[in-house]
Amino acid sequence: MPKLTINGVEVEVPAGASVLQACEEAGAEVPRFCYHERLSIAGNCRMCLVEMERSPKPVASCAMPAGDGMVIRTDSELVKKAREGVMEFLLINHPLDCPICDQGGECDLQDQAMAFGHHSSRYDENKRAVEDKYMGPLVNTIMTRCIHCTRCVRFSTEVAGVTDMGLLGRGENAEITTYLEKALDSELSANVIDLCPVGALTSKPYAFVARPWELRKTETIDVMDAVGSNIRVDARGSEVLRVLPRLHEEVNEEWISDKTRYACDGLKRQRLDRPYLRKDGKLQPVSWDDAFAAIAAKMKGLKGAEIAAIAGDTVDVESMFALKGLMTALGSPNLDCRQDGAKLDATTRAGYLFNSTIAGIEEADAILIVGANPRWDAAVLNARIRKRWLEGGLKVGLIGAPVDLTYKYDHLGAGAQTLTEVADGKNAFASVLKDAKKPMIILGMGALTREDGAAVLATARKIAESTGMLVPASKDEEGNEVPAWNGFSVLHTAASRVGGLDLGFLPGKGGADVAGMLEGASKGAIKAVYLLGADEIDTQRLGDAFVIYQGHHGDRGAHRADVILPGAAYTEKDGLYVNTEGRVQMGLRASFPPGEAREDWAIVRALSAHLGDALPYDSLEQLRAALRKSNEIFTEIDIAPEAAWGPFGAEGAMSETGFGTTVENFYMTDPISRASQTMAECTEVFVLPKQDKTGTEG
Amino acid sequence: MSGIDIAENQPESFAFTPENMAKADAIIAKYPEGRQASAVMPLLDLAQRQHDNWIPLAAIDVISEKLNMPRIRVLEVATFYTMYNLKPVGKYFLQACTTTPCWLRGSDQVMKCIKDKLGLDNHQTSEDGMFTLLEVECLGACANAPILQVNDDFYEDANYENTAKLLDALKKGEVPPVGSLSGRNVSEPEKGAQTLLSYKDNEAARSYDAKISAGETGEK
Amino acid sequence: MLRDEDRIFTNLYGWFDWGLEGARKRGDWSTTKQILTRSPEDIVEDVKNSGLRGRGGAGFPTGVKWSFMPKEVKDKPHYLVVNADESEPGTCKDREIIRNDPHKLVEGCLIGGYAMRATAAFIYIRGEFYNEAMRLQAAIDQAYEAGLIGKNACGSGYDFDVILHRGAGAYICGEETALLESLEGKKGQPRLKPPFPAGVGLYGSPTTVNNVESIAVVPEILRRGPQWFADLGTPKNSGTKLFCISGHVEQPCNVEEEMGIPLKELLEKHCGGVIGGWDNLLAVIPGGSSVPMMPKSVCDDVIMDFDTLRGVGSGLGTAAVIVMNKQTDIVRAIARLSYFYKHESCGQCTPCREGTGWMYRVMDRLVRGEAEVEEIDALYEVTKQIEGHTICALGDAAAWPIQGLLRHFRPEVERRIAARKAGEPVIPVMEAAE
Repeated sequence: MPKLTINGVEVEVPAGASVLQACEEAGAEVPRFCYHERLSIAGNCRMCLVEMERSPKPVASCAMPAGDGMVIRTDSELVKKAREGVMEFLLINHPLDCPICDQGGECDLQDQAMAFGHHSSRYDENKRAVEDKYMGPLVNTIMTRCIHCTRCVRFSTEVAGVTDMGLLGRGENAEITTYLEKALDSELSANVIDLCPVGALTSKPYAFVARPWELRKTETIDVMDAVGSNIRVDARGSEVLRVLPRLHEEVNEEWISDKTRYACDGLKRQRLDRPYLRKDGKLQPVSWDDAFAAIAAKMKGLKGAEIAAIAGDTVDVESMFALKGLMTALGSPNLDCRQDGAKLDATTRAGYLFNSTIAGIEEADAILIVGANPRWDAAVLNARIRKRWLEGGLKVGLIGAPVDLTYKYDHLGAGAQTLTEVADGKNAFASVLKDAKKPMIILGMGALTREDGAAVLATARKIAESTGMLVPASKDEEGNEVPAWNGFSVLHTAASRVGGLDLGFLPGKGGADVAGMLEGASKGAIKAVYLLGADEIDTQRLGDAFVIYQGHHGDRGAHRADVILPGAAYTEKDGLYVNTEGRVQMGLRASFPPGEAREDWAIVRALSAHLGDALPYDSLEQLRAALRKSNEIFTEIDIAPEAAWGPFGAEGAMSETGFGTTVENFYMTDPISRASQTMAECTEVFVLPKQDKTGTEG
Repeated sequence: MSGIDIAENQPESFAFTPENMAKADAIIAKYPEGRQASAVMPLLDLAQRQHDNWIPLAAIDVISEKLNMPRIRVLEVATFYTMYNLKPVGKYFLQACTTTPCWLRGSDQVMKCIKDKLGLDNHQTSEDGMFTLLEVECLGACANAPILQVNDDFYEDANYENTAKLLDALKKGEVPPVGSLSGRNVSEPEKGAQTLLSYKDNEAARSYDAKISAGETGEK
Repeated sequence: MLRDEDRIFTNLYGWFDWGLEGARKRGDWSTTKQILTRSPEDIVEDVKNSGLRGRGGAGFPTGVKWSFMPKEVKDKPHYLVVNADESEPGTCKDREIIRNDPHKLVEGCLIGGYAMRATAAFIYIRGEFYNEAMRLQAAIDQAYEAGLIGKNACGSGYDFDVILHRGAGAYICGEETALLESLEGKKGQPRLKPPFPAGVGLYGSPTTVNNVESIAVVPEILRRGPQWFADLGTPKNSGTKLFCISGHVEQPCNVEEEMGIPLKELLEKHCGGVIGGWDNLLAVIPGGSSVPMMPKSVCDDVIMDFDTLRGVGSGLGTAAVIVMNKQTDIVRAIARLSYFYKHESCGQCTPCREGTGWMYRVMDRLVRGEAEVEEIDALYEVTKQIEGHTICALGDAAAWPIQGLLRHFRPEVERRIAARKAGEPVIPVMEAAE
């Protein structure tokens, strides 16, 4: 632990820390452009120069390892001059077009020029002009503004794992570009916009939309996948204008996927903004009372077993809890939150969680991926695997469809046969797992959304048990606690899924699952189906059932509905979500739902009153109290608690068909992203050409 | 691409000739295993030599595949170093050094001669595709300044008159002897060296038989 | 004047066979096996004691540099890298070694490599030296064929490879870490230090980068003994040195002379003197374009070694002596150097990428007097804002020539501005300030 003196203050920093980090520790602000905690060190902007005793020249603090006894000054005349000098150089060829720059108001260059720069420029020559580059539908470029910090190049190479970006040429003519100006083909591409310290890379969909000070900023949780990325939603009036990442070391670090960031324009389109009732075969606008009355009239004669409810992939815990309460009151055992038919059971919580945790990936030394494409199922989580892989010493095996994951892996086989071999120790990768200190299995929905899913689950469980993935907590030689390790990790794709399993939005005794409900509905045994934001089912098979669709978009479910109850999208309500790790997180409302749409729990609560048996809570707080009472999991926010191991899955025969992947198009996975024009453009640029190429589709 | 000079008209494909492919493999083998990226510069050079002294983008693809390097990394290298031509150049690629040591010795006259004889300014190619002129930075032969490099060869001690003769010869397809255009021996003083004269007629006088004093480590 | 028997590069002018046979006649490869029976430490000690300082410009003691290499080979092989990227304007000495005495370099690689426990030497030669590279490769091939290098080099039991790598046009690759990047197949952008190459160099291995001349003189030093070399030259500036003289002398040339030779003697004895006579001398850049110029008043009695030249505000650098007489447009001469540095900046560090272009553009106007007098001070400040603020020394090298100009010729710069403003023709009038 080196000790340094910084501006006369002594600090101790961990070995391997940089002088810059030591300065921060000592409370000395050090300006920087190229340096970024999560990227390799370039040391090229020279903004972070500090004075170091016994060094004739100022040193770049980002690149200088902190050494014991170093005496550093950040407040000397030398440092002030160095910063002013660098700042002046950065600005001589910068267009200073702040009034028309989208970065204005949140620009590192602007801020640091104010704090550390000269008041005027002495540069009298013509400024450099650089042609803009095409980088795809998301990233807008104004390359004249570029200060060559290379953060974007390092991000795309290191974090995103797509080596398409580079710095061509040299000297003052050097230019950042993608190879022959191809679109930046990464699900994480737009993070370069956040990383760009100037306005060279800005958001294309958000171009000239708003100034940061006009926006109302709400810190909330993303629902585009089951990672639960922490986001900030910026809205003006009722309109969500953009989504940005929020720092959460254990979940998304500071990245978000392009879908998380850009599906938000889908919030404005195809919205259900008032109740509808199907009359004479056509959906007609009606009042809430009429809609509720129609439902009450239909339900009156039905037995509990004739009613069913399906919860969709992006719904909040509270509305599922309310709907479960309503269904219970109606006597229906037919509930399911597994639209995709995943054969997960809720008997043991560890059996459906990503137990290693996302941050735990960084400790793993062998990973077996089964029936998943983490790059599309959970793009940010995949970046964590890549990060671990880049450090070296990680072996990855994949069973399922071979895809480009941005890191190397052994493709072990296509399906259950290979999985069984690993379980029986007959595949070489079994010994890789056994020899590893912290082995993991990542079990994706592609392996579980099959008839034999329960058997796959049981086999995966056998692998976890037989290859040492379950390590109990212990103490090391020095008596320090060594935490337990559970490498059995289910990778969900639906934001609502773990919450639904936790609160038991599952078939009750004798109840039907989604397949059973569709079967029942098509045969007439089930007469009313309540779709809570459920659009990913085969609505053709709902037969003559009376369909209540509660949700926010006019998507598949709404098209089939007999009654539409307009709900709130994730940005329009307070709600709890449980991510794939089992981490309960709280989303907050950033804007109000459109028109007559209402928060979902309240709709269910209101309906329950119309059906004659009002649910026992009048406020979200009361609902949450009841929720916490029903399951203590919901008492603690933002921790991923350890889950006890226990029985789950069911042994049985497995099909020879290879494991597929469930996400067919990363950019369109739910009603919001399907309504998004930006996601449609991404699909056109990134997804369709590849499908054409392989000739498998379209 | 504003600052980066890449030909607009590109050939559809590029492939190393079998002979050059063998050369490429031999080059790669010079470097330690797993360090094949080191061969990117020699391979770019090889492609340029094969392809009329310029590198088409298709060759970038071939090289990136051969070396298992991302294409953008190969292109970065190809655009960083000035000797890689990413667009066609004339049969005789004239690279005139005008850095201070050459300029002090009259590189302006060399440039003027090229302008007078061929009508070329910097970065221009003659209409017949025979000559391209590029003003370059120090070529490292300053004691023989000014230098005019023609393709791989240095022509030294250039002035207006001898440059004119050189260009005339090249136009006729003749390749004059490489080196000093004034007839001087390498970088020896024009009127003859003042040093090493004691060896001039007796190279062996310098051999270690004669040189090594007793007691020195010497195999002999 | 240095005696012929003390000259190392006896085929400097290519009078004799460059090949192995000729080289052997001149004493090369004669006791190599013997030398390789000595311990590496012993050889390093000899090189230290000889006082040899790096011939690439910085003048750092070569033996001391070698001693930074780990004493044991651990998991990674050691490498010697020879810097033959000779690109500093004014410098053309390594070219003569390579084309006329290449075996001195190849033998030096083996001995130097052995002393640092290296498995191979990589020689990085600038791409424009195509014919020179062919010559050097031929010499390397001869040495392989004769068993002098390769497996069991010289029968010593030591295995050693020599690999020639051609650059492709980038002055910056003369900077040792940029050279390593380039050798690894990347853009030649200098690396951050620490780590230093002796710890983490080529391919992450311990590496020493030496100039061609530094390596080529080593066999001779070891054969004759370090004292012989140390006795030549001036204190702490020992040995012989190749000087490259260009510009306004009657006979520009390369010549091997003793360190510490008076500049005037060097120019008059070997180069036929300054064109127009000594009194027609305006200024001399004594060590390649990166060192500040010296006005005639300093040139009159200055001697050519590292410490003396540093003492007069310049430097020996690569011993590339650029002579400018009173017919020189000194502002344009320096402006052209500014263009050179702008052209050769790798673009990595802000001050150099932006500052070299700025400096050049102002210099270009100053040539014609198209500026305000205040801009001279601003220009000087810009040079100071670049100097010492970049990863490598190219920023410094770009700043110093301008600082030298303003230090010694500011009145001329001001005069042009005044003439321009007065509507008079801007004709150079060359007189140093002192």
